[in-house]
Amino acid sequence: MKLIDKMINCTVNGMEITVEKGTSVLDAAAKAGVHIPTLCHLNLHDLNAVNQSANCRVCVVEDDNSGRLVPSCSQEVYDGMKIETDSMKAVMGRRTSLELLLSNHPQDCLTCVKNLDCELQSLAHEMNIKEIHYQGEKMQHPIDTTSQAIHKDPNKCIMCRRCITMCNDVQTVGVLSPLKRGFDVVVATAFHMDMGDTSCTYCGQCVSVCPTGALAEMDASSKVWKRLNNPKKHVIVQVAPAVRVALGEEFGYDPGEISTGKVVSALRRLGFDTVFDTNFGADLTIVEEAKELVDRIEKDGPLPMLTSCCPAWVQFIEQQFPELLDVPSTCKSPQSMVGSLAKTYYAEQNNIDPEDITMVSIMPCIAKKAEAAREELSVEGHYNVDYVLTTRELARMIKEAAIDFNTLRDGTFDQLLGESTGAAAIFGTTGGVIEAASRTAYEMVTGKELKQVDFKDLRGIDGIREATIEMNGTKLRIGIAHELGNARKLLEEIRDGKSHFDAIEIMACPGGCIGGGGQPYHHGDSNILKKRAESIYKIDLGTELRKSHENPMVKKVYKDFLGSPGSKRAKDLLHTTYSAKERI
Amino acid sequence: MRKEILDTSTLDSDGLKKIDAYIDNLSGNKEEQLIHVLHHAQQIFGYLPKNLQWYIAKQLDMPSAKVNGVVTFYSLFSEEPRGKYTVSVCMGTACFVKGAEKVLDRILELTDSQKGKMSDDGLFTVQDVRCIGACGLAPVVTINEKVYGNVKINEVDDIIRRYKRGEKHAS
Repeated sequence: MKLIDKMINCTVNGMEITVEKGTSVLDAAAKAGVHIPTLCHLNLHDLNAVNQSANCRVCVVEDDNSGRLVPSCSQEVYDGMKIETDSMKAVMGRRTSLELLLSNHPQDCLTCVKNLDCELQSLAHEMNIKEIHYQGEKMQHPIDTTSQAIHKDPNKCIMCRRCITMCNDVQTVGVLSPLKRGFDVVVATAFHMDMGDTSCTYCGQCVSVCPTGALAEMDASSKVWKRLNNPKKHVIVQVAPAVRVALGEEFGYDPGEISTGKVVSALRRLGFDTVFDTNFGADLTIVEEAKELVDRIEKDGPLPMLTSCCPAWVQFIEQQFPELLDVPSTCKSPQSMVGSLAKTYYAEQNNIDPEDITMVSIMPCIAKKAEAAREELSVEGHYNVDYVLTTRELARMIKEAAIDFNTLRDGTFDQLLGESTGAAAIFGTTGGVIEAASRTAYEMVTGKELKQVDFKDLRGIDGIREATIEMNGTKLRIGIAHELGNARKLLEEIRDGKSHFDAIEIMACPGGCIGGGGQPYHHGDSNILKKRAESIYKIDLGTELRKSHENPMVKKVYKDFLGSPGSKRAKDLLHTTYSAKERI
Repeated sequence: MRKEILDTSTLDSDGLKKIDAYIDNLSGNKEEQLIHVLHHAQQIFGYLPKNLQWYIAKQLDMPSAKVNGVVTFYSLFSEEPRGKYTVSVCMGTACFVKGAEKVLDRILELTDSQKGKMSDDGLFTVQDVRCIGACGLAPVVTINEKVYGNVKINEVDDIIRRYKRGEKHAS
């Protein structure tokens, strides 16, 4: 078909435009520069996450030919269509839809976790709702706080089904589903089970896209405040790579703006005794992981080796592919490595009883909360990490303490676990962990210096990518996946014996940790994620040392405490085990 | 709850084998035929307890939440045990006008049960249903597959008694 045959004409508020056949009214209006409010609609098309359930009816516009109201997100434009987005009928139609949703919504905005970040609230403001003309029955469902990670309040749900799209179509985990029908519909777990009992990976992508306060993280800030106010406790904090390129957004910075120094200062002002860098743990992870990879290549397997820093991904493989538990690296995640060393090496060096140490992590991730609660991630009865705060929770604590983030001076991380290389920085984005590992593995295998450290083939935003790296004649075949649905494809290949990779990196969230479930809300704008990723590579480029094994503090830890990579002590403190779990 | 859902030892193993065989014989995308599988399973077990739903989800390699979503969507499926006889009283407009409500009340009285709940003797589950499309026969009652049309209130006793007697003869 010629392009001309594919084009059709329509008008939006009297403006004539030409669009491709199959274009939605919403997209056609956007092309004409006309904004139509939406609620349930979500379009992260470059990340393969589109929710087009046409459930909320907030985006209705008038089709002037028929005089009917049509949902603009799902209605396709036809030739000669006359779209009116601001006719009285369209405006009143949208208001009615919204008021009906509000009539079955708790009115506790002031104390809601989503206050000022809620799409329902913004729409009520935008549409000038001053009174709700409808009164009727309200949903009465119990609130689920049974998982360490996700807080679920179905009474705030507006049935947009974005969470269901993320959980089922994008992540293929399938924990959330609509149950029952009509007014009784509730987005729930199978059999209304406690979240903590399900196969939830806690990736938090449902939280990332929830327009209201129906899904949120389990807030740990009050527990952390208590520890900060306890003079007997030595409270240590560590900050993940992806936090420093996102926290600024909560304080009016442009997406992706780097605020590492301010984050450190803010944490000191909050009262943390020591501020460590999870990036140090990332460097250490790479050294251990590269050693494991080289060993596995030399000893014929098992290959491929899969990275293990993403806790949602670890939960996923334990439940969905229990027969493949020998393929992930046994390395603990960077947060656990820092926690483990803080309560052993650092405690020993500074003569602090590990019992008195509280380890808090600032993470872009909700699943890290569940990871911290895994019993196998402890040393001598002490959990490696005691509390995990998401980027959003940290932002709320900074605001709560009335700290003026913008005027903070740049601080620097504390030693012994505060130094890091550029390789650690890129842990925060898809492809970063395997690129960092490749830099170190290359030098381990060849014994030669790696001059060109940028493995650009490993970068990008495609859901599944692959590349080959030459090392002394051996080819290292690398696979990368982000989002669990893509991970599933690679895992099925491994299960069926069709995989041709030596090493695979998997991150559960779109774009990697920069798109984590605990990050400032992107409200459906995938450009925000891209900007954060760019900044991550900028940090790498601007760091003098860019290979993990060159980190002087990592070298010092091995020399003073751990011995060599893969030593008995390293295995005890920095490695973990996995166990199969029945999928529900 | 997790433990009780994962425990399928309470389910009749022959019944499970029949479900396995049914699933094995399906052609094409098995996930898409979930409703058929559930229907078959309900015929075998009489209802769809949670552990059975989980078992079916596992056999079809799909999330239990999706299975539970389908089961709770259709009123045809029951998560509660059902009596040997499912008595459905049509509450469509025509049946309603012709006294279906009185028929329902009388049946509940005779079976000594509550709407939707199995009677203590395990014989009956009485429910009201939306229009079944047999308005010419109003008021209509169905008992399992059998349809009773133009049901008069004084006939109800007789019909129910017959089912009760049938049970006695059978034992």
